[in-house]
Amino acid sequence: MNEKIKKNSFLTNQIQVSLKINAKNRSLTLDSRTSLLDALREHLELNGTKKGCDHGQCGACTVIMNGKRQLSCLTLAATCEGANVLTIEGLAKKDKMHPMQGAFVKHDGFQCGYCTPGQICSAVALLQEAKDGDASYVTADVRNISKELKLSEEEIRERLSGNICRCGAYNNIVQAFKEVHSADDEMPTWKFATKMQMKSAKRK
Amino acid sequence: MGEFIGKSVKRREDARFLKGMGKYTDDIKLPKMTHSAFVRSPYAHAKIENVDISEAEKADGVVAIFTGKDACGEYGVPCGWQVDFKNGETMREPKHPLLAKDKIRHLGEAVTIVIAETLEQARDAAELVEVDYEELPAVTDPKKAMEEGAPLVHDDWDSNAAFDWCIGNDRAEVEAALEKAHHVTEMEYRNQRLAPNAMEPRSYIADYDVNGDKYTLYTSTQNPHLIRLLMCAFVLGLPEHKVRIVSKDVGGGFGSKIYHYTEEALLTWAAKEIGRPVKWTSDRSEAFLTDAHGRDHVVKSRMGFDKDGKIVAHLTDEYCGMGAYLSTFAPAVPTYLHGTLFQGVYTTPLIHLNVIAPFTHTVPVDAYRGAGRPEATYLLERIISKGAQEMGMDAAEIRYKNFIPPFDGVEEAGYQTQVALQYDSGNYEAALKKGLERLGYDDFRKEQSEARKNGRLLGVGISTYIEGCGIAPSAVVGALGARAGLYEVGQVRVQPTGKVSVFTGAHSHGQGHETVFAQFVADKLGIDMADVEIEHGDTDQVAFGMGTYGSRSLAVGGSAIIKSIDKILEKGAKIAAHKLEAAEDDLEYASGKWTVKGTDKSVSFGDVALTAYVPHNYPEGLEPGLDFSSFYDPSNFTYPFGTHIAVVEVDADTGAVELQRFIAVDDVGNIMNPMIVEGQIHGGVAQGVGQALLEEVAYDEAGQMITGSYMDYAMPRADDLPMIETENTVTPCPHNPLGVKGAGEAGAIGSTPAVVNAVVDALAHLGVTDIQMPLKPQTVWKAMQN
Ligand code: FES
Ligand code: FES
Repeated sequence: MNEKIKKNSFLTNQIQVSLKINAKNRSLTLDSRTSLLDALREHLELNGTKKGCDHGQCGACTVIMNGKRQLSCLTLAATCEGANVLTIEGLAKKDKMHPMQGAFVKHDGFQCGYCTPGQICSAVALLQEAKDGDASYVTADVRNISKELKLSEEEIRERLSGNICRCGAYNNIVQAFKEVHSADDEMPTWKFATKMQMKSAKRK
Repeated sequence: MGEFIGKSVKRREDARFLKGMGKYTDDIKLPKMTHSAFVRSPYAHAKIENVDISEAEKADGVVAIFTGKDACGEYGVPCGWQVDFKNGETMREPKHPLLAKDKIRHLGEAVTIVIAETLEQARDAAELVEVDYEELPAVTDPKKAMEEGAPLVHDDWDSNAAFDWCIGNDRAEVEAALEKAHHVTEMEYRNQRLAPNAMEPRSYIADYDVNGDKYTLYTSTQNPHLIRLLMCAFVLGLPEHKVRIVSKDVGGGFGSKIYHYTEEALLTWAAKEIGRPVKWTSDRSEAFLTDAHGRDHVVKSRMGFDKDGKIVAHLTDEYCGMGAYLSTFAPAVPTYLHGTLFQGVYTTPLIHLNVIAPFTHTVPVDAYRGAGRPEATYLLERIISKGAQEMGMDAAEIRYKNFIPPFDGVEEAGYQTQVALQYDSGNYEAALKKGLERLGYDDFRKEQSEARKNGRLLGVGISTYIEGCGIAPSAVVGALGARAGLYEVGQVRVQPTGKVSVFTGAHSHGQGHETVFAQFVADKLGIDMADVEIEHGDTDQVAFGMGTYGSRSLAVGGSAIIKSIDKILEKGAKIAAHKLEAAEDDLEYASGKWTVKGTDKSVSFGDVALTAYVPHNYPEGLEPGLDFSSFYDPSNFTYPFGTHIAVVEVDADTGAVELQRFIAVDDVGNIMNPMIVEGQIHGGVAQGVGQALLEEVAYDEAGQMITGSYMDYAMPRADDLPMIETENTVTPCPHNPLGVKGAGEAGAIGSTPAVVNAVVDALAHLGVTDIQMPLKPQTVWKAMQN
């Protein structure tokens, strides 16, 4: 082992990697075992991307890399040389939220918020997958697949099934996606309280 | 007034969560912070022969290593509830050490903590710790744990029972009624063990400030004040006023983050030892092995009916696993949160439940969304449907026959059950009727019989549940063994400029308190929501509190805030009267101002607030300031109820179940924010459906967990669920000021038996009367073959 490295830093197998994150060029010196997720969270103060399992099984760590969904916990940072990574922190333009973020608010697509960055990144990248005509497990005919797919609800649920939400906000996540994907902005079903209810609320 | 209550106000939490700006514990980094990793037992039951840390200590970056031999090993985390044996013997309460010293009692029990400069170094060094174990035979099944010769979890006693408890009518009387019943339906099954799996793993950072001799623990808890109390008073003996617990954004709890965990106390202790902050965040594998699990009941039940289908008696015996140690609320879950719901929504005249709660070589079991009530509901709703099936009755009809008639708790008295509780208000048939209408029940039955002719297996399942929420009247729970009160604290501080800070002891980890609480505070004060801030999750800010669980936040925490608002308005009226030179009685308060009745003379809330803090011209003898804190101790539990209906299709070839429709009609009392209530129901249903179809923690004979990742433990995902259809009926709670009952657990309580009933209904013509959860394709397929 390089004694100098050992003394000067806590890194065992030091590597260098340069990549673009949220439109900024970043150069990092990392332990070679560092995942992209840990690089974001521990070395770049980009804490928006979450760790739900670190095993590629929950989707909480989803980022958009070179336009595609990527599980950052399963991605070694060392393999990201030259990559273009977009995280939840980079989705909004200045104060203007990405339409998917707006739809998540409108449809109440989350509760505790922990899975949310991953859900949103996943949903945003899925918009592109649909445009590109990428097939999924439930695509009926993979030989005859067109660009600009209009995803059915079954397709949307299948394609978002890599992102677990233990708070169970799936109804609303799917509705939010539908709104942005197909301008199907059917509002949820909340019913407003009646006068009677409000009156009895004040009864002491 | 009334601008915000009852409206689907968008959540104020949203902005930060959407942009990835939430501050969860693992997102926090303190200066000079160290990281830790645990060496955990690979065995469920073993003797620790030796722990050798000499190699590990030499590893790069290691700051400290502690084992059970260090001072922390002497301490233990306490249990918060005492349930004694029915013969009077005291509950058996083993010490639950922070680090195991001589003996391992469950897989994943912590043996050593390694603290280092970086997480990688802590983990690398943990690999170098050598532990010699002598593996011993283990028992993981609660029923087997009570068999002759079963391995003992704790050598201090001659059996594994923590307690043996019963509730209800005299057993002999219930047995005699069953003897005479026209028909007796029997069930034997297991309410399987579940892992709560909040998406945010448990995470703690402890910090010790030598200058003020002050400790700070950042923790992902649902229950900051109770953690402080338990840790200070029982575990570490720290001065409570020098310990601060911070628990801001928490990524879901579902029960698993209520309890005081060993790691919380150990890190707090270690922070002082090393003089630096120390962090630990559970990874998902550790979460499966160490987060308190839920359920784990082995059930044998008999329900007797008369010839019209009326229930005449119900007798149940259960073995409810406690795991290796008693977690904070564990003894209450299969007893007072479970047996007290055995009345269900039915007029059953005779009920008896006996619960034996054995220790097993598994991680402790405690409350998981619904806690005891889903298990009660599952039993009642399955067995009544099974009874109907056996007697050739319709599942809806048998329920209508047995319902407790409607009562509002005001004009008509509450309903006294056979199992200790008195229901506050209810209208059970209204919810069922609404659900059946939404489904189109009669049409569905036609469709079903048509489908059967074509070999398609459609089924419908009904569940008409009730739950006890708004936990809880302190005197009642005290009499039942709780070692804490279960009131809530709400402080309303009006700032000099008229802005309002509200401090609540309830804790939000996804429930949207910041929004809902602000809604009714703004309404009651007649001010803008933007002028109200809700603070929670910091013991230095909030006077005291009992946290969030048992669907209690609004019913109990909200009521405490209302009490403080009443005091604010009362004092404000005195100041206003002085300013307006009018009698207090001549004033009325509306839309943020006090007005002299019948005139246009008024003074605003903001003016009064300023006067309270700048009391130059002020009522004589009145204290300055406008800041009140209140404790609210409810007079009863609240009893939300409802009807859940599932429609499934079973694949005739594979046994795969497709959930096609799910209708939830819930009565949670008055609704403050329909959107948030609906979200809570969706989430609960997702978890309840998860239990019915997918989820199970399985241990093998040796106590190894064979479902320790999301590849083996099937979580409900977007493609497992249909759009959930929600409806409400509204029966206000008569005994709290908001008339609310609570919505957090309803979905998880009502949904599970609805789904299983639906699958059994789909296969009823094949002679299937019961299937063990989770209803995996192979389980269903096997049931179809017999
Ligand atoms: S943290 Fe990457 S998939 Fe779970
Ligand atoms: S919002 Fe909590 S896990 Fe999805």
